[in-house]
Amino acid sequence: MKIAVCIKQVPTREWQPRLNDAKTWIREQDAAFEMNEPDAYALEESLRLREKHSGEVVVCAAGPARIQQVLREALARGADRALHVEDDRLAASDASVTAEALAAAMADEKFDLVLTGLQSDDQGHAQTGVILAERLGIPHSTIVMEVQVSGNDVRIKRELEGGWFQWIAMPLPALLTIQSGINQLRYATLKGIMAAKKKEIKKVAMPAGLQAGQEIVSLALPTRSKQTRLIEGSPAQAAQDLVKRLREEARVL
Amino acid sequence: MILVVAEQRQGVLNRASSEAIAAAQALGGGMPIKVVVLGESVGGLAQELARTDVAEVLVAEHGALGTYTPDAFTMAVQSIIAATTPVFVVLAHTYQARDFAPMLAARLKTTLVTDVIGITGSGAGATFTRPMFQGKLVATVRPKASGPCIVTFQIGAFRADAVRMGSGAPVTKIDVTIDAGAIRQKPEAPFQEAKQAVDLGQAERIVAVGRGIKSQEHLPLVQKLATAMGAEVAASRPICDNGWLPMERQVGSSGQTVAPKLYVALGISGAIQHLVGMKGSRTIVAINKDRDAPIFEVADYGIIGDLFEIVPALISELEKK
Repeated sequence: MKIAVCIKQVPTREWQPRLNDAKTWIREQDAAFEMNEPDAYALEESLRLREKHSGEVVVCAAGPARIQQVLREALARGADRALHVEDDRLAASDASVTAEALAAAMADEKFDLVLTGLQSDDQGHAQTGVILAERLGIPHSTIVMEVQVSGNDVRIKRELEGGWFQWIAMPLPALLTIQSGINQLRYATLKGIMAAKKKEIKKVAMPAGLQAGQEIVSLALPTRSKQTRLIEGSPAQAAQDLVKRLREEARVL
Repeated sequence: MILVVAEQRQGVLNRASSEAIAAAQALGGGMPIKVVVLGESVGGLAQELARTDVAEVLVAEHGALGTYTPDAFTMAVQSIIAATTPVFVVLAHTYQARDFAPMLAARLKTTLVTDVIGITGSGAGATFTRPMFQGKLVATVRPKASGPCIVTFQIGAFRADAVRMGSGAPVTKIDVTIDAGAIRQKPEAPFQEAKQAVDLGQAERIVAVGRGIKSQEHLPLVQKLATAMGAEVAASRPICDNGWLPMERQVGSSGQTVAPKLYVALGISGAIQHLVGMKGSRTIVAINKDRDAPIFEVADYGIIGDLFEIVPALISELEKK
């Protein structure tokens, strides 16, 4: 089975937001980056499917040169080769441009199964996978918690809201967006890191004429909906003050 | 004209559909609003929707819409858009909308703005605010579509009880075009994984724990605080993903929605998927080492610091006679 897994590089969870001068994007030079978490689960799922059904895992990503870091990491964890649509404009592109760029690079590969995370921890559109499926002309399902491949079909467990689930079957090729927690992640071994250095990262140019569906007019820190009373002091003092307030002010203890 | 796509499951309207109507009313700008409800037999729900202040309720019934699939719903809504030519198509940002709205936008080669929490201006020139970077930043975005712009609104961003009611909108049946042979997904019946042993929705107090707890061996500390407060233990998604606590203790969009008297968030950054499940709590306490964590946006009381120092201090304070 030929499996593609689409990943994105996003700022780390510890990153403190800083804006560029135009306040339309982040100050990238201040940010540290890592693999988008739901994409890491999609990668893990693709490696498990390869172990079960044999075949190949190709990691695909669209972004500037810096995203080589997460492509190398995916190769170190076990992906066989990588496709990199490289262009600086893809750093802050919207979901439709990212999906179109990926689709152009992936169409000729004729993948049996395409996996990606259900959304990115940066822009969080939760659209790229579904648009990519449409552009590749294949069926999709989203928010997937289990994948069973048999013959020419895939049967998946989709998460619904509030603790409900649903099994859905569809023919291959298909695209699935993977929910965090579908499996337990593996980490790269030293052997994997060494092997990754010899694996191919094929660079592809972004197709011309892609139009964004939306533009970011401005970015800002969120305004607080509530006035938070910050409680200061040593742990013992803060604990005493908080318990007193919860008992006497909020009356919830 | 604004087209609102209401959502129903097994003959019950999703509450978020009322929120979507409230959002469309706010977006209005003098444009008439039509609401469409799709399903196999959903005429009864139309009467419910017709009580809101909208121009018309459309009923789209088709055998292929009985059980949701993204292919059938995309084809159906696409044909309704072709017949009604809306400027905006409005939905609640539910798991169902997340599944088919991007496909619809891709087919129509138009813009989809998701997870919207606010509107600036109204009518065709409106811009939308939406969280980015896990809620650490808020973006104002401008759609650039030439076709109808599709917008999904975050659950809770507009209140269902803020819907303007009307004097009874006309209900009209609308034909939809669905090529049944082009539906590729075969859905089975929805199910719940296991009988819930704990009903967090009934808890008066909840102590919830997130990534800040670092490892499973620290969970007894959380349980001890919960016991001292007379609270149930809950968690954000990553804790349950790791198997440290059972899924039934997860609060958030994929777990339970709670509104206790007291909600204590320990080491929870406050990603929006968590906030939607608990922001209705009466009193919220956040304990976190990161002062920029989004959880502080909804907290009444906050302590910025190391939970491994603060929680033991809280336990001993609560146990003082």
